[in-house]
Amino acid sequence: MAFTININGTSHSVDVDGDTSLLWVLRDVLGMTGTKFGCGMALCGACTVHIDGAATRSCITSVDSLDKSMVTTIEAIGASPAGAKIQKAWLDHEVVQCGYCQSGQIMSASALLASNPRPTDADIDDAMSGNICRCGTYVRIREAIKLAAQSSKEG
Amino acid sequence: MIPDHVDSPAPDTNLSRRSFLATGVAVGGGLMLSLSLPFGASDAAPSDGFTPNAFIRIGNDGQVVLTMPYVEMGQGTYTSIPMLIAEELEVSLKQVRLEHAPPNEKLYANPLLGVQATGNSNAMRGAWKPMREAGATARTMLVTAAAKRWGLDPSTCQAQDGAVIHAPSGRRLAYGELASEAAQLPVPSNVTLKSAADFRLIGTRAKRLDAPGKVNGTAIYGIDVRPAGVKIATLAQSPVFGGRVRSVDDTAAKAVNGVRQIVRLDDAVAVVADHMGAAKKGLAALKIEWDEGAHAGLGTDEVVRKLDQATLGPGAVAQTVGDVDKAMAGAATKVEASYQVPFLAHATMEPMNCTVHFRKDECEIWIGSQAMARVQNMAAKAADLPPEKVIVHNHLLGGGFGRRLEADGAVRAVQIAQHVDGPVKVVWTREEDIQHDMYRPYWFDRISAALDAEGKPVAWKNRFAGSSVLARWLPPAFNKGLDPDSTEGAIDLVYDLPNFHVEFVRVEPPGIPTAFWRSVGPSHNVFVTESFIDELAFAAKQDPVAYRRGLLDKAPRAKAVLDLAAEKAGWGQKLPERVGRGVSLQNVFGSYMAQVAEVEVAKDGTVRVRRVVCAIDCGTVVNPDTVQAQIQSGIMFGATAALYGEITVKNGRVEQANFDTYQIIRINEAPAVEVHVVSSTEPPGGLGENGTSAIVPAVANAIFAATGKRLRKMPADANLLKA
Repeated sequence: MAFTININGTSHSVDVDGDTSLLWVLRDVLGMTGTKFGCGMALCGACTVHIDGAATRSCITSVDSLDKSMVTTIEAIGASPAGAKIQKAWLDHEVVQCGYCQSGQIMSASALLASNPRPTDADIDDAMSGNICRCGTYVRIREAIKLAAQSSKEG
Repeated sequence: MIPDHVDSPAPDTNLSRRSFLATGVAVGGGLMLSLSLPFGASDAAPSDGFTPNAFIRIGNDGQVVLTMPYVEMGQGTYTSIPMLIAEELEVSLKQVRLEHAPPNEKLYANPLLGVQATGNSNAMRGAWKPMREAGATARTMLVTAAAKRWGLDPSTCQAQDGAVIHAPSGRRLAYGELASEAAQLPVPSNVTLKSAADFRLIGTRAKRLDAPGKVNGTAIYGIDVRPAGVKIATLAQSPVFGGRVRSVDDTAAKAVNGVRQIVRLDDAVAVVADHMGAAKKGLAALKIEWDEGAHAGLGTDEVVRKLDQATLGPGAVAQTVGDVDKAMAGAATKVEASYQVPFLAHATMEPMNCTVHFRKDECEIWIGSQAMARVQNMAAKAADLPPEKVIVHNHLLGGGFGRRLEADGAVRAVQIAQHVDGPVKVVWTREEDIQHDMYRPYWFDRISAALDAEGKPVAWKNRFAGSSVLARWLPPAFNKGLDPDSTEGAIDLVYDLPNFHVEFVRVEPPGIPTAFWRSVGPSHNVFVTESFIDELAFAAKQDPVAYRRGLLDKAPRAKAVLDLAAEKAGWGQKLPERVGRGVSLQNVFGSYMAQVAEVEVAKDGTVRVRRVVCAIDCGTVVNPDTVQAQIQSGIMFGATAALYGEITVKNGRVEQANFDTYQIIRINEAPAVEVHVVSSTEPPGGLGENGTSAIVPAVANAIFAATGKRLRKMPADANLLKA
């Protein structure tokens, strides 16, 4: 059946079963491949998007649960102040390696920074421990979030 | 549209360098895949211009395009390799665009492996001279072309920032203006490389060229390709190793909205659909009966029993020095132990996937691979086509770690695509990815040593059994029962050991495929060797660092990294109860490394790695930031293995399936990591895997220091470590 969903400020009509995960709608139906598939069970965070600003695993979010929610993906997160700061900190601090998990890491980190401009180490652990990085960029992820928070304070 | 669609030339392994490049231009127009790198706005590769070798192309518009013979899987090659070329070519990194190399064993083989593959931490070691020579060759020809046009002696002209200049007269010609003339010149065979003192790029902290696309979602991995009309397939392979499909009831699967087709193979069933959601739903609705075959009763215990037995018989002698048996007989103290390491899955974050368009007389493949020519050859065999009829496009890899040195995923995708009209992207679920991996081998070591009255080791004897991955992957490398990978880290130790004897027994586990896994042979050998040397220090009642140090008089580079790591870690300083430090030392992949790990063992036996201090001497450093990043990465990868890593088999099936049962270290568990680099002018050593092999024994030794419990089997078992 057809659903109208709002992604990055644009309405899209998609014809899929209501229990189809948002992840597959993004990647396979709409061709927005920045959001990644990692586990399909909300265990790794690679598929993280924002739904009304909250970091959410798109692999277990069915399209019929979205209703009028606003979905934001990695393709548009740079338009938000927190997202732009996180992306810049990621580049300044050379966080990425293979990079496959980093869309999800950036979405989780952006949601954290938007709601908590000065996260502690414990806050970072809470917000980021659902995102696995097989390259182990954790040391730099932590530092980059702090760098972005610092720039928030200054900015 | 994804920004990654440029035609590829049909690969042809019989073409010479020059004709290959000329043909590439003629056929493709756009040549190979262009990456969506920050400065790749121009989609038109030069239609003519200067192509002095298979790695460099300079258009009449001055665009410099570099073809990358080593793949980017996170390790930074798409920055460090361009640095080598740009250093000699005298261009800045901002002036270059990158392309993935197509399969071509002749042009793009790794000189240290003899095949086109990125692995064994040797991209930089293989590239160090040839890539600088490629740049210097192009530079020399451009300078010659300019001098000829000006009627000057080339020695009075120089290359600088993408142009040739004649300083006395102030004349200047950009590379683009010289491309056509340079292309007419003979390729010089001997070119002079810059001396290290003149390096302006090598040794500087260059920004990663692949980073911008990886933070904004535009980077294209194999799983992201979308050829027009592509369908998505997912699959179930026989849950038992070696099993076959007996029957399939696909009535319910076919009724799923979006499912287009069910493909039944001998040992797998695939569901082809409009999107992965429908494919997965269709897969769940399939009723498959399997003929479980010969391995239906297989368990890990059977594998271990066979390996244990094999270490009692003779093996192939990997190295022998002095007379071990004699030294053993007359020694004051004897220490014996057996060690085991488990099967491990790679669990790359990007699950296995491959996209294939099988046409009547050719086949086109989109993939992220560490071994392009292998993919081409094995896919050709599966498709019953000559290799030149198999077009392969490479992409960024969402992790490799050895998994993508294998072409099984491409072969599987070809088998499915042969039944599908149009392109099909075969995406494995995480469960398939973990349960149908090709695994880091299980290894079993029986090791002993003898100490003299002062506690020094006078004899060292090790016999270990396990799979030889190289024997399957590159058969000529397996000779007289030995291969260089299985034994690296078990022989040629840094220590002065007067009587030394090591044997390897190749034993392949029944039905279980094995493969390279980040830090390959050393992933096992360094754990055993560095744990055992710690046992010897304990038997000799000596400090583990001091004990090692006493055996390093002939290994100054090893001694230097050990001293540095110990000093920076505060070795010897008091720690709280159930907190301990452990050290490891290795010379593998051409680099020396010492690590000190600090662990805390809770009363319930759970282990937390708090801090890791690492010292490395990897020779000349090309990109200092990459050195830091790769060691941080390798340590996390190895820490995951030390704390959690284990694939077990029961009833012929892998018991783990997703990240709940195959755990990966997370940010809240990640140790602080410090990396200290010893400055060196030796040629570059490897980096990508060193951190992984060194951390496992450092953690095991730290656990011993914290609890007095010696772990001879990985991963750490909390039940053995309870207070």
